[in-house]
Amino acid sequence: MSETTQKPILSIENVSKTYEGGYKALKNVDLTIQKGEIFALLGPNGAGKTTLISLICGLARLNEGRITVDGHDVKSEFYKARGKIGLVPQELTTDAFESVWNTVSFSRGLFGKPKDPTVIERVLKSLALYEKRDNKLRTLSGGMKRRVLIAKALAHEPEVLFLDEPTAGVDVALRREMWNVVADLRQTGVTVILTTHYIEEAEMMADRIGVISKGELILVEDKNELMRKLGHKELTIVLQEPLQAIPDNLSHYDLQLAEDRMSLTYSYDTHAERTGIATLMRLLAEDGVRFRDIVTKQSSLEEIFVGLVEDGQ
Amino acid sequence: MNWHAVKAIYMFEINRAIRTIGQSIVSPVLSTSLYFIVFGAAIGSRINQIDGVDYGAFIVPGLIMLQLLTQSISNAAFGIYFPRFAGTIYEVLSAPVSAVEIVLGFVGAAATKSIMIGLIILATATLFVDFEIAHPIWMLLFLVLTGFTFSLLGFIIGIWADGFEQLQLVPLLVVTPLTFLGGTFYSIDMLPDFWRDVSLLNPVLYLVSGFRWAFYEASDVSIFVSLSMTLAFMAIAMTAIWWIFKTGWRIKP
Repeated sequence: MSETTQKPILSIENVSKTYEGGYKALKNVDLTIQKGEIFALLGPNGAGKTTLISLICGLARLNEGRITVDGHDVKSEFYKARGKIGLVPQELTTDAFESVWNTVSFSRGLFGKPKDPTVIERVLKSLALYEKRDNKLRTLSGGMKRRVLIAKALAHEPEVLFLDEPTAGVDVALRREMWNVVADLRQTGVTVILTTHYIEEAEMMADRIGVISKGELILVEDKNELMRKLGHKELTIVLQEPLQAIPDNLSHYDLQLAEDRMSLTYSYDTHAERTGIATLMRLLAEDGVRFRDIVTKQSSLEEIFVGLVEDGQ
Repeated sequence: MNWHAVKAIYMFEINRAIRTIGQSIVSPVLSTSLYFIVFGAAIGSRINQIDGVDYGAFIVPGLIMLQLLTQSISNAAFGIYFPRFAGTIYEVLSAPVSAVEIVLGFVGAAATKSIMIGLIILATATLFVDFEIAHPIWMLLFLVLTGFTFSLLGFIIGIWADGFEQLQLVPLLVVTPLTFLGGTFYSIDMLPDFWRDVSLLNPVLYLVSGFRWAFYEASDVSIFVSLSMTLAFMAIAMTAIWWIFKTGWRIKP
């Protein structure tokens, strides 16, 4: 079955959310996620990422639009829809006095699954928590607590896992550890939807990226395609001798002369029909400008994201 | 019905009570024993019988009811307020669990704990005073209905409260005074007519009266009036909870 004809694991149709007081947190959001995808929802603080997750998971009331999980409406078929979802919240919210084993077992029961020590053991082992199974949560480090929240979300074997800002406020080592956890989840076939404002995170993990700003989903795109389409490249020409001014015959090029006058930077569009590089190099040679190195740099997802959000504003 | 979820919530709450057994069970039993010693054994021996019952025995149903009401409210209020305070409520709200299942889990556990405390106090009372229970089934029925009804009230308070102070407000400033003035330590027939009529506006009077009838067949109001009032109070509490979940008040924006 091709991807286009496959039933989506998550379908969001024309969803808006207005909180009491009139604040419109989401505006006519449409989104479809396929099974097994890793989807990153990017957006600045207050963009509507958590509101969208809250609506899907039942933490906020949906009053405009429709959301289905594996074909089940989150309102009229909430038993079936929510049973397929695991949620890892942004905050480290744990029952401090419970043991790791008990709290993960509690989550499984809460989601309507009978006791199954084999599943709990497998989940804890996959997250390197099994040795800590009898520890009280208050004795665990921040990283371990974050893993416990993931274990709780996986205890009922969900098909979709939401990670709301999984690495917000954690150190670099732990952030990389979380990336490894998501990479492992990919192998199990679980669909992962994560919200983040760390571009690096989306760049490392996601298959597709959605950018949300001021409650509007302004773009959904394959990550590589997004970078290809919107990515600008910079060509830096390191000169052998200082250049006093950009030659007149190069004035129509988007060229910047460095302050030390020892390099020229040319910005160009990677998907333009002609980049103009060959002509630029020929003209430089004709003008007697000699260079000793050429460096190219692809714009990062972060630069793309900032550009999109600024355009949206 | 998601019975696994009901069981998970119920057992989670019961385990919390077991973990804090000193606070949950020993403390109310100890304080009630002091009442029995002071009012029952020490002062009670100098007070005449009321409705043909020794004073020490007369206060047993009222004291059980006092603890049943305050414990039901406190247990249920804390049970739902603490996950809200700690943020762990997200898990319950995002689970495939209906409002009925959530209430059954939290309120069922709170009621179980308070009924257990009531029964332990009842057993403790036999150490201090002599009494018999004329209608044990009615006694159990009132114990269960009252425990469940006031746990529903506690659940509402736990949803309403914005801080630990508010959590204590209703039990301390409303329920305890109403219980003391609801015939726990006396029959309202002992009051002047005006205050007797005022006492009839106190809903706790009907609970204490009905419960006492189950012990001694002596009551301030008819057993059926007591039962009707208890059921009416339960219906009001259930309606309030239905409205809370329907509107998402304080739980779902």
